[in-house]
Amino acid sequence: MTTDLQTDPLTAVVARATELYEDVELQSVRDWKARGEGRKAIGFLPIYVPREVIHAAGALPVGIMGGGDQLEIVRGDSYFQSYICHLPRSVIEMAVSGRLDALDGFLFPSICDVIRNLSGMFQMLKGQKYVHYLDLPQNFDPELGGRFYRHELRTVADAIGRITGTAVNDERLRRSIRTYNVNRAAIRELLALRIEQPWLVPTTEYYVMLRAGYLLPPDEHTSLLHEYLEHARSSNRRPLDNIRVLVRGAFCEQPPLALLRTIERAGCYVVDDDFVLGSRFIPDAIDETGDPWEALSQAFLKHSLPTASKYDEANNAADLLVQRVRDVRADGVLLMAPSFCDPALLDQPMLAGALDKADIPFTSFKYSEDTGQFQVIREQAGTFADAIKLWGKA
Amino acid sequence: MDLFIGIDLGSTTTKAVAVDEHGAVLGRGITNSRSNYDVAAQVAREEALTNVRFEVLARRLRDGMPDAARVESQLLAAYRLECFLGALSRLEDHCRRDLENPRFDNDRYAMLEALERILGGVRDDAVQVFSEPARSDFFRDLAGASFIEHAAEIARNGGPAFDRLVGLFDRNIIPVENETETRGFHQLLIAAAGRVAGAPALAALIDDVARTRLHELRSVGTGYGRVRLPFPKECIRSEILCHGLGAHLMFPQTRTVLDIGGQDTKAIQLDANGVVTSFQMNDRCAAGCGRYLGYIADEMNIGLQDLGPLALGARRRVRINSTCTVFAGAEFRDRLAAGQAREDIVAGLHRAIILRAMSLLARSGGIHNEFTFTGGVARNPAAVKALREVAEENYGKLTLNIAPDSIYTGALGAAHFALRDVAVKEAA
Amino acid sequence: MSTAIKDRSSERQKRMLAEYFDALADAPATGRKVVYTFVPGNLTELIENFGLLPVLPEINALQNGMRGRTGDYIHAAEKHGHSEDVCTYVKADIGMLKAGNIGPTGKPLPKPDLLLLSYTGCFTFLKWFELLRKEYDCPVVMLHVPYQGDGVVTPDMRAYVANQIRDKLIPELEKLSGRKFDPDRLREALKRSAAAEDDLVYVLESAKHKPSPIDAYFGGVYYIGPIFTAFRGSQDAVEYYHELREEVDDRIASKLGPVTPDGEVHTEKYRIVTEGPPNWTSFREFWKMFYSEGAVVVASTYTKVGGLYDRGFRHDPHHPLETLADYCMGCYTNLNLPSRINLIESYMREYEADGLLINSVKSCNSFSAGQLMILREIEARTGKPGGFIESDLVDPRYFSAANIKNRLESYFQMIEARRQRA
Repeated sequence: MTTDLQTDPLTAVVARATELYEDVELQSVRDWKARGEGRKAIGFLPIYVPREVIHAAGALPVGIMGGGDQLEIVRGDSYFQSYICHLPRSVIEMAVSGRLDALDGFLFPSICDVIRNLSGMFQMLKGQKYVHYLDLPQNFDPELGGRFYRHELRTVADAIGRITGTAVNDERLRRSIRTYNVNRAAIRELLALRIEQPWLVPTTEYYVMLRAGYLLPPDEHTSLLHEYLEHARSSNRRPLDNIRVLVRGAFCEQPPLALLRTIERAGCYVVDDDFVLGSRFIPDAIDETGDPWEALSQAFLKHSLPTASKYDEANNAADLLVQRVRDVRADGVLLMAPSFCDPALLDQPMLAGALDKADIPFTSFKYSEDTGQFQVIREQAGTFADAIKLWGKA
Repeated sequence: MDLFIGIDLGSTTTKAVAVDEHGAVLGRGITNSRSNYDVAAQVAREEALTNVRFEVLARRLRDGMPDAARVESQLLAAYRLECFLGALSRLEDHCRRDLENPRFDNDRYAMLEALERILGGVRDDAVQVFSEPARSDFFRDLAGASFIEHAAEIARNGGPAFDRLVGLFDRNIIPVENETETRGFHQLLIAAAGRVAGAPALAALIDDVARTRLHELRSVGTGYGRVRLPFPKECIRSEILCHGLGAHLMFPQTRTVLDIGGQDTKAIQLDANGVVTSFQMNDRCAAGCGRYLGYIADEMNIGLQDLGPLALGARRRVRINSTCTVFAGAEFRDRLAAGQAREDIVAGLHRAIILRAMSLLARSGGIHNEFTFTGGVARNPAAVKALREVAEENYGKLTLNIAPDSIYTGALGAAHFALRDVAVKEAA
Repeated sequence: MSTAIKDRSSERQKRMLAEYFDALADAPATGRKVVYTFVPGNLTELIENFGLLPVLPEINALQNGMRGRTGDYIHAAEKHGHSEDVCTYVKADIGMLKAGNIGPTGKPLPKPDLLLLSYTGCFTFLKWFELLRKEYDCPVVMLHVPYQGDGVVTPDMRAYVANQIRDKLIPELEKLSGRKFDPDRLREALKRSAAAEDDLVYVLESAKHKPSPIDAYFGGVYYIGPIFTAFRGSQDAVEYYHELREEVDDRIASKLGPVTPDGEVHTEKYRIVTEGPPNWTSFREFWKMFYSEGAVVVASTYTKVGGLYDRGFRHDPHHPLETLADYCMGCYTNLNLPSRINLIESYMREYEADGLLINSVKSCNSFSAGQLMILREIEARTGKPGGFIESDLVDPRYFSAANIKNRLESYFQMIEARRQRA
């Protein structure tokens, strides 16, 4: 193993990211905190929080994305009925088992009623810690939703500043925006490489590389991405006779790695997706020069990606999906949603309708973060890929 | 003598327990629930009353008979044999009537001859079977196994086809199960005594015991089918309350009860008096119940009772995330295909079931010492092992009680409710 | 409902509803414009201000559920690609639409001219109207009502909602109706709202009497009907609640228990607080499981989804837009979990309840997520036993009568056993 790591830098960088992905104990956060006096870390749930604000207060933003398929749920199930998705079970499991103790505060952005109510459960469980529901605006008028959001951001910044002892001022916030802009650029490179040469970026590697950004400080993550990109580009991986698919619906509860592997092995290169969506919810650089609060606000209101939890004010989310399919030259779409995920599943008929109209093949299935059975999905994805290869449609 | 009866009408078996005015258990009965709840309740109740008489008889025997224990156990076996033979002759009657049907016009004689030979064989087997500890309490199981064996042999040797012979049994066992024995305790026991050395001399004692009047002061019904019992409303109690009280009576220090049956799982919290303070039941899906293990056993083509011992041979911990009965088979095959060992997977399945139960326990208020485990799954050693492990990982060292006769827990509680109801009424 | 509560007030309510559905059926002929909106955070007075007619899809779904039609509707929606996992109100609505949009009274429902997405306490609302927008191709106005995540309404939250009403909603309604906004008319309507709210609170709080003259859940859903739907701010509602109050007073004076479909509850054995909506497809059967055991619901959270009046809020004619904002933000499902727990705890004490019974519905995560924690917390704080059952709003597949009856009986008997011990 060690010799492998020394001889193959690509394997080493992926191993590093995989280790972070598997770190349900948040050991890396504990280590980071131990490296400096008084360091604080703030956890956030999917989909999107402006990490710049947390970063500007000197805290480490840590994504809480659930326990995947590695965490045994002992107590989490006692908090949720069987018809509620899996993510909150593992998050509660992590909380009551002490795995989240390294975190000094928690942000719950608006996604759905379950995550919203989970914020209240955290308030009950973690009474002494900062727990805040971040109500992202559903009104995108800068004077209405924007004003409300800017106030929310300042409230959050003040609270986290009190935790870290570092008040967020405009200059610090601008600097954090810059840091994340560099990170965003690296992520764009990763996305672009995958679109152009998906065989160089296997889905599981792509996935753990994105996820690493939810535990590492942004600079470190950017370096890790650069390292990965360099080695991935120069690897001698050869293209397979796979179709190109776009994935939608996996924006909150995350699919397990084994599921991603199953899809790829079944003959599908994933060339676009909404995994770990928050890391590129605002795809392009945010203004680094003017009022940073205004800049963050505008970025969310006007430049964030469409997703099921965000009101589709312009009534064009489905059309944008069709456009995206064309842009990334996908052969088809996998609508994969977590079981019992209201936003994704309610969105699906609308997306499916638009795909149908545009004559884009698609198939849909449900999963959960701890799915352990892949037979059905393997067959479904495999048949989908074969049909497209043979007839150009499923 | 005064008796208080509890009847637990479960989805698969119906149980009856009779207690005296001090609450001591005098007799118990069990039968398949079948489609006919009334008959099931009656059969279980009669069996309990028979056992009460045996208990009375045994007490009298123990006063002064040197080999009382031998006589008692042989007498009981002989009594059961008599009951069995009674049922067998009713089965024969039904079969004969069935064979009058025109569809047997072509092979009636051969079928009749085969039937006689089979039933003769079953009768001979029975004598042997009842000289050993019983493998099953149910006529259907005992008679069926033996019937099939003899039918197979006859079919092999050129007799009527096996399917036709077994079909005869399958059709006619149902009415037999829905009838009750016509001979009374006295008649049966006298017949039984004839089979036991030294027992015929007991005729006077048997007469006396048979004449003892059993006075049922009150009966309380419980269990899932309780509303089907022909009891007034005040004589019906929820199975949760009965189960809690029953567990308390079996293990008075019990504070938490877990019951995993075929179709449902219950977690119950008790106070020091056996009063239920909180409970939770599994939601509408049967994931994580005993049935799930049944599916796996079917999938593996082994008996349900062999599943636990197999799991105990596991060397590695495999984590199974789904306890969905629908997916159980698929998951099992998937993992086998992935190269995991059978015993490891099966051990993982047991742990998964126990984890489901843990969440129900946590919902009801956790686990408090002492902890009593009941229901069919409590007979599975791998489930018990997993429960002990997981419970202690999360709640520390515990006393885990498992009664061999835990199937009677609900009926015992119901019998005590009957006793208490009368006591309360008398006090008022 | 007429056989359930044969009082004058219920006759009046029946008449009001019939007239309302007639007006809806006639809308294409009379040319009245129609606004679809949701019960929590509904702005009925404002809609009326422009002469528009409100349609409340949840009410249609639940009424159809009570009439046994939703099973087919849900099936139809699932055939059109809607997941088994999601809210059955939505699917019942989509199914009704596919079946020709015939309303619960058998008369056709008009198409919406505007979808007013009063986005209060429920994410599904957002998807629901996005779905309807595809079906009807009509405009949507989003009114984002912030959640009380920290348990309070801040001035910024209030301003956000009030500004949306003033700068976005009112101009849209003016455009749709061709009428100018009339602030005086709104103030008059809000005055009538407050009067009706006073009487509603009186009725709900009458359950503090022993025996309680009302059932605050199964009966309560009828009592909240007018004020939660199309009638808040109307003279009809004022008169309805006045009449209802007098009837309740009579029952209190005669020490009568609640009225049920099988007559009156003579012996109040258990005083229960409920959390969660009822099941509509087996509403009568469900109710009977309570009253046949002598269980009376003395307070419920469900009757607060369209406004939490019993904690003091009244529509305030002096601050019309701010009061509408406060109303929206104060609806029950817009409260965070700690606030919900505090509210239930105070109900348990104020109404001297024997226990908390949670009906956890599969459809509604806004209610359901966290209910197991509510249960444990209330048990710990009050020492009273909690009960937990699961069903659904309008999906008949998720009402297992034998199962629920079994649990309810066990629950009531447990209360009795604990009482005897004490």
